[in-house]
Amino acid sequence: MDASANKVNTVLPESTVRVDLRINGRNYVLPDIWIGENLLYVLRERLGLPGSKNACEQGECGSCSVLVDGMLVCACLVLAADASGCEITTVEGLGRTLADPADSSGQEEGQTQGQGQTQGQGQGQTQEERQGQGQGEQDLAGPTIIASSMPMPQLQDISVTDGMSFEGALSRMHPVQQAFVNTGAIQCGFCTPGLVVAVADLLSHNPHPSALQVREAISGNLCRCTGYGRIFAAVRRAEELLAGTA
Amino acid sequence: MATMSGIARPVSVEGVLDVLDEDPATQVLAGGTDFMVEVNYGHRKPQSIVALSRVAGMRTWQVVEDHLVIGAGVTYSQVMKEQLADLLPGLAQAARTVGSPQIRNAGTIGGNLGTASPAGDSLPILLALDALVNIRSKHSSRSLRVDEYVIGPKKHALQPGEIIVSVRIPLSDTSQEFLKVGTRNAMVISVAGLALVVDWKSGRVGCGLGSVGPTPIRASEAEAWLAGVIDWENRRIPDRDGYGQEFGRLVARAASPIDDHRSSAAYRSYALSVCGKRAYERIRRQQRQVLPGIVNGE
Repeated sequence: MDASANKVNTVLPESTVRVDLRINGRNYVLPDIWIGENLLYVLRERLGLPGSKNACEQGECGSCSVLVDGMLVCACLVLAADASGCEITTVEGLGRTLADPADSSGQEEGQTQGQGQTQGQGQGQTQEERQGQGQGEQDLAGPTIIASSMPMPQLQDISVTDGMSFEGALSRMHPVQQAFVNTGAIQCGFCTPGLVVAVADLLSHNPHPSALQVREAISGNLCRCTGYGRIFAAVRRAEELLAGTA
Repeated sequence: MATMSGIARPVSVEGVLDVLDEDPATQVLAGGTDFMVEVNYGHRKPQSIVALSRVAGMRTWQVVEDHLVIGAGVTYSQVMKEQLADLLPGLAQAARTVGSPQIRNAGTIGGNLGTASPAGDSLPILLALDALVNIRSKHSSRSLRVDEYVIGPKKHALQPGEIIVSVRIPLSDTSQEFLKVGTRNAMVISVAGLALVVDWKSGRVGCGLGSVGPTPIRASEAEAWLAGVIDWENRRIPDRDGYGQEFGRLVARAASPIDDHRSSAAYRSYALSVCGKRAYERIRRQQRQVLPGIVNGE
């Protein structure tokens, strides 16, 4: 009986994998992560991108909504190792999708260095690799950040503006973010990043949605504070901002 | 037996089957909407995974002679898109009730079958449509009806090394309805579901029930009764007092619901009888449309 119990309890060594991710236009290498890690965990705990929120881890709440190859999905239900080669956009990079391409390259590099320094202070493990250094098979549009099994970043190491000044971040807000600010469509703010990504996704496919279409589009994003009234107002405001009629 | 570790992301069905032939214990990842919940909650601890995400051939549907073949990797969102929704309105209705846009963008028809939950929203309509589940391994291929494929709650007939590659649905001249009861309108797991198909070409009625038994259930008695009252020659379902109720009563009789955390058995039976009555009325009122021009879709 003891023997069988031991057998059941035998723990196989956990399987680890190397994962290469492209997030908000930057390349990240995760040389050694657990095979079952979800994208949300990688974003928040390994890459210092805490905009996507973790609540239910079962796809019920929508607070971790991101775009993977242009599809709105819950990052908690994406296996990080199965997202290699995909173009991932988080709420942190949403403004970038509309930014002027002419000025984005310079800012890109500055941001990345900022991020590298920020994380490096805490762990001393973050490196940057320039194009062509051992990443030949990758399409490297910018520097690659190698996140070597980083422990959880400390709060003081995380810049909520992702390496930018507060003013810089404001200037690169997506119109949907601007609309949420304008209409006060926020109370505790926990659901806001997921809602912003979901609404941006809706308006990119359907610039003038009906009330029902808006409700269906955000049906997977739970807000327990606002009662949704101001969120619906924010969608209308964003619609105007994007159409240039505001 | 070789035990592998790591993730394989083949680009062809053959590549997937090779991986599973080498190590049948490798876990198959489709859209991830069930798989990842189990991983996140510690109920599934994969050592090796084969992901279907890059198998382009599984992510499309096409018309093959008089059948529709829907790749196992086709998502609910794809099912809801125009051309496929025109051909299979009942499946599109069912897809629209699944989770949220986020879930529908990720979850797949093959994954719904792979999980084989009694509450799987696509299963009642696939059953009612007489769909066949196309299954392959490296050395064999076979097809099963949905009620042969699902053999218990979250249990299916796949053997080690086998995967679902597609579902095959007869393309006919049909009226289709899907109804689902849950505690709210969105993001809800079914308390009871019903799919009804009237095939005007073959004179056949299909009725599949979900969440009211250990597997999706065929309401055979209700099907036979409805087939008997339809005026097939004039393509009419009679508008007579009590007919909808009778269909609902027969549908509820086919179910074997249980009490659980989502509902009581009694409520499930009642809800099902109402769904049956409404499905009867909706199908009766449906204007028959000629099949639109068929174009293979992505």
